[in-house]
Amino acid sequence: MGSRASRLLREEEIEEIKKETGFSHSQITRLYSRFTSLDKGENGTLSREDFQRIPELAINPLGDRIINAFFPEGEDQVNFRGFMRTLAHFRPIEDNEKNKNPSATEPLNSRTNKLLFAFRLYDLDRDDKISRDELLQVLRMMVGVNISDEQLGSIADRTIQEADTNGDSCISFNEFIKASFVVNIHICTVVLVLVNI
Amino acid sequence: LRSLGVFIRQAGTLLFICMILILLHGSRGEIPSKPIAATILPSVKPDGGVQAYPEDQKNNLPMFTMNYPRIQIPFEITLWVLLASFAKIGFHVYHKITIWVPESCLLISIGLIVGAIMHSVHEEPPAVLTSNVFFLYMLPLIVLDFVAVFMQVLWFAVVGTLWNSIGIGISLFAICQIPAFGVQDINLQENLLFSAIISAVDPVAVLNVFEDVSVNEQLYIVVFGECLFNDAVTVVLYNMFSFVAEMPVVEPVDVFIGVARFFIVGLGGMAFGILFGFVAAFTTRFTSKVREIEPLFVFMYSYLAYLVAELFAISSIMAIITCALTMKYYVEENVSQRSCTTIRHVIKMLASISETLIFFFLGVVTITTDHEWNWGYILFTLLFAFVWRGLGILVLTQIINPFRTIPFNMKDQFGLAYGGLRGAVSFALAFTLPDTIGRKQLFVTATIAVILFTVFLQGISIRPLIEFINVRRTNRNLETINVEIHGRLMEHTIAGIEDLCGQWSRFYWKDKFMKFNNRILRKILIRDSRAESSIVALYKKLELQNAMEILDTASGDISAAPSIVSLYEEKKSSSKPQKKFLAADLKNMHDILSKNMYKIRERTVAYRGKHALPNDNHTREILIRRHVSIRRSLRPGSFQSSYFSLPAGKSLESTFPAARRSYADDHETLSEVAYPSQRSRFGKPARSSSSKAMIPLRRLGTLEEVPSTDVLNEDSSSTEQGVFRTNSSYSDSHVPRPRRLNSSFDNNNGSADDLRNVHEEPSSPPPGWAAEPRDNTARNPLLRRPQWTPKRK
Repeated sequence: MGSRASRLLREEEIEEIKKETGFSHSQITRLYSRFTSLDKGENGTLSREDFQRIPELAINPLGDRIINAFFPEGEDQVNFRGFMRTLAHFRPIEDNEKNKNPSATEPLNSRTNKLLFAFRLYDLDRDDKISRDELLQVLRMMVGVNISDEQLGSIADRTIQEADTNGDSCISFNEFIKASFVVNIHICTVVLVLVNI
Repeated sequence: LRSLGVFIRQAGTLLFICMILILLHGSRGEIPSKPIAATILPSVKPDGGVQAYPEDQKNNLPMFTMNYPRIQIPFEITLWVLLASFAKIGFHVYHKITIWVPESCLLISIGLIVGAIMHSVHEEPPAVLTSNVFFLYMLPLIVLDFVAVFMQVLWFAVVGTLWNSIGIGISLFAICQIPAFGVQDINLQENLLFSAIISAVDPVAVLNVFEDVSVNEQLYIVVFGECLFNDAVTVVLYNMFSFVAEMPVVEPVDVFIGVARFFIVGLGGMAFGILFGFVAAFTTRFTSKVREIEPLFVFMYSYLAYLVAELFAISSIMAIITCALTMKYYVEENVSQRSCTTIRHVIKMLASISETLIFFFLGVVTITTDHEWNWGYILFTLLFAFVWRGLGILVLTQIINPFRTIPFNMKDQFGLAYGGLRGAVSFALAFTLPDTIGRKQLFVTATIAVILFTVFLQGISIRPLIEFINVRRTNRNLETINVEIHGRLMEHTIAGIEDLCGQWSRFYWKDKFMKFNNRILRKILIRDSRAESSIVALYKKLELQNAMEILDTASGDISAAPSIVSLYEEKKSSSKPQKKFLAADLKNMHDILSKNMYKIRERTVAYRGKHALPNDNHTREILIRRHVSIRRSLRPGSFQSSYFSLPAGKSLESTFPAARRSYADDHETLSEVAYPSQRSRFGKPARSSSSKAMIPLRRLGTLEEVPSTDVLNEDSSSTEQGVFRTNSSYSDSHVPRPRRLNSSFDNNNGSADDLRNVHEEPSSPPPGWAAEPRDNTARNPLLRRPQWTPKRK
């Protein structure tokens, strides 16, 4: 691309994104303005640095992983569609969605998809299993420096023990879902203040 | 933003010294000779012991003389302050008390005791706390954490206070009609006046209580902001009603004038504050040679703002808040690090003292003034205060909830209503009542009663009540470790996504303002002004520059902390036999996790303990750790595993011995470019993430939140452009490299060569590594000398 002027979002694109992700019109425009403000290079895509410039993400222990979740396998830029697709996982569930046609494909922000998102934060190598090492890595990120490796190791072991039902010392996605059953996912909707300014 | 709030809080309190100084010189002239020393330090002679110079006996030079009146005033003030401070020490020695009883209660109690003592020896209370003193000196000290202006806060503050005042006033008036209570002589205006006094929620008291109760952040902001803003309302109402109370007839035009007056008061306060803030910022622009007096400017200007606001009878609290806010932002850049620290500490100290004293005095004065007690009136006052506040909150929340993204639920509303404590503000206002009001004493008594009731009863009971209501956490033991960990993971994720989206709606305005700010204001007000990126601001805020120095010089020990702490060798056995976990183990784990897992970032000022300095430790820790990992990811061969995490137990030294040293050479060059001259050794982490090192001295350009372009952005965009085709992803990192003129990077044989090597075999990159190091090296201004011209693709 390379054009310096920031592209305005066309109506058709908005419609497409709306269908795909379920965001409302105003939400999409709002997020687009956020996208462009992050996009320093003004080439319509975001790179990892653009994300890292956000200071709050810098102090988020899982910042790197969250950022990485936006980039599809092996790519280093994400365009607006991809951006929205990832964000769609966290769109608040509207009431009227609950009555939707059950045979329709599962919306992006369903509970399962949210859990999949979380699962992928652990599972770096995308082998659909969380190994002990991967778990340890994430644990180490989330925990202060005062915990010894031994302690962390036991915690990881216990975690796997609780969740692992087929005895392979790894947590598969289904086991993950079962183990996270109590996690209050419905609070895990991003409350985006998407006021139509 | 958090330390900003804390700074504001203390900005108000700094004036205590002024209070003492001015009092010393008797400008108020109300310090009676109060031989309180009699009760406290029996050793000091109460009658003044003025035998300074034995005049008649001999002409010898007196060897030992005592001149009490000379030091009396400052002496007694010091004693009071000391006494109150001892009380504070005392509370914390016995920690359990402070959990259940807010400090304000304890202080009032002590004050009561002392007052009782004094009363029994028929001493006069220190008239230090006349309302003038209060308004002129102590009130500025109470300015507290102030986050940002929310319309909702205003809503609650203004409308809420109005509602309360009018409601209470009218109901009290109705009560007054009942002859049984014998208060028929209080007319409507006086009732309204009184209700205006007691409907003001007091920030000090609220703060004291809320600090221990973990309330919802939003709630906290609202109550808090309400306290601060209703100062404006209260002042207006009070003046209006007191004026009106003396008038026989009230006309509608007066009401309009009152409303207009409110706006003048509120906005005028803010305007003055901003004005003084700018003046202060401008002044500090030139203080580079006189660093030692920089804190003085800060204090003096704040106090000036306050006084001038008082001069014009506009909201002085608003003035001082906005002054401190403005100063915080601009002045902080101009003054030296030491001055900043000094200011912060001094203010903390003063804040502490003043709050202590206020409650202390409340207690003392309670006992020692003449009270007029009227059961009916006072009880009904209490009742109405409570009822009307509750109703008010209910109604107001109903109206405003549709506009909120997170509506206030019943629990929140309860917190809001119950947390409306009255305190010092009401107290002082009551004292200032003109004596023409016949029932002044009654009002004073009633006010004190309300204050004591709210502070004590509500203050003590709010905590268990909130906890009771808050029961939604299941029994911890039933919660599995999985849930705890994954739950926290989700919370972090959510927080991250929220931040990514730029949550608050005012973000839009903030952008606009930041543009204006960067373009104009900063140039005028800041010495070495350059537009600053928020990441850099974050770093400065967390004082991470120093931390990074330590990080470098300490051989990455921070990252190695886990291995230091751990006394065990890390067992690398891949498969462990199934361990049995006892219940005790589990409990242990839960404890460990709950204590040590990083909490999600607080969006606003979280009031962490009354006088604790802001605790950024976790934030710093996270940032430092991530830096190390990102930095390490620049190393070849370890990308995959180390990019995303801190390898448990590894020390930086052991993994990358040689390469690290080479970086050390770069410090001079790195830091020069990376950071303003003050930081001599910003060092490595600057390179590891491009976003942070974006303040080149030579104006390569800076990174801003605002999507404006500048030189550096041009650079970065150009390098970004040809880049993101998967396989040739490394090509970009090598485009700039040959051009790099600085020798520093050449020293860095390890990574340079390795990267080049990796380029030669473009196998699919490890997933995590992808953009990170390449972009780092490419975008790092250090690696780009001014001579390098980016090649546009």
